Amino acid sequence: MAYSEQVIDHYENPRNVGKMDAEDPHVGTGMVGAPACGDVMRLQIKVNDEGVIEDARFKTYGCGSAIASSSLVTEWVKGMTLDEASELKNSKIAEELALPPVKIHCSVLAEDAIKAAVDDYRKKQSK
Amino acid sequence: MDITQNYFEFLGLPVSFDVDPAQLSERYRALQQELHPDRHSHQSEREQRIAVQYTTYLNEALATLKSPLKRAQYLLSLQGVDTLSDSRKQLDPMFLMEQMELRERVAEATDHADPEAELDALEQQVDAEIKGLEAGFAKAWGNSNLEEAEQVVRKMQFMVKLRTEVEALEDRLFDD
Repeated sequence: MAYSEQVIDHYENPRNVGKMDAEDPHVGTGMVGAPACGDVMRLQIKVNDEGVIEDARFKTYGCGSAIASSSLVTEWVKGMTLDEASELKNSKIAEELALPPVKIHCSVLAEDAIKAAVDDYRKKQSK
Repeated sequence: MDITQNYFEFLGLPVSFDVDPAQLSERYRALQQELHPDRHSHQSEREQRIAVQYTTYLNEALATLKSPLKRAQYLLSLQGVDTLSDSRKQLDPMFLMEQMELRERVAEATDHADPEAELDALEQQVDAEIKGLEAGFAKAWGNSNLEEAEQVVRKMQFMVKLRTEVEALEDRLFDD
């Protein structure tokens, strides 16, 4: 199956790969996985006092589409508020990357990852 | 013999996670002989076609029941629980974190001072985890705890995939 140019671009030059300190109260961490294909994704956000995402990092073990989906999300969420980020839809990701139907689940995984990161951050803040 | 029977019934085995490998291959061989084309060559075309169909079913049954992961997934599917497609139910973060760490170790193994020893150690650890999960499945299944059984199967899927990756890497690095 051929990957789209957008997927190849993110796959070859992934943006924002890395790790943040999960214990930092300003950092939210989302860990998700897709058992059927064995993909694992970690997506982290750094949130400022105004509730705006200042930075994002990811690490994904999986196929090109899963890597591209998470890479794209880290680019998009920078500058977003938490509400905006948690409303991010997988269909937008799939559309931007021109994912074929069999790879839609990769964009779903990225959506779940950013939601999990926002939830984790909010949970920490409410403590 | 009847292909509306499930794989266990078809092979004359109890519907259970606990399958005796010797018994499984013995039943398989017996049925395979019974279905062999040579024994059906004198029969009508229709009967021969049925024998071929049954053989296909028999091979699927063997492949499914031989692998602990596939056997577990099949048992759940008989109860209407589908673990072959992805669900959005997420696994506990601790498990995923561990998965991530194991993946990192696999990715870094080639740069390790002794890649062969590192990969051996990884393989042993993954094997031990899989054994533990198999025991966990047997227990959950025995207690009719389908939810727990499903969780365990999803973890097994990750670990089995990881083992395949470790093995593929070992082949690439050491078996030229």
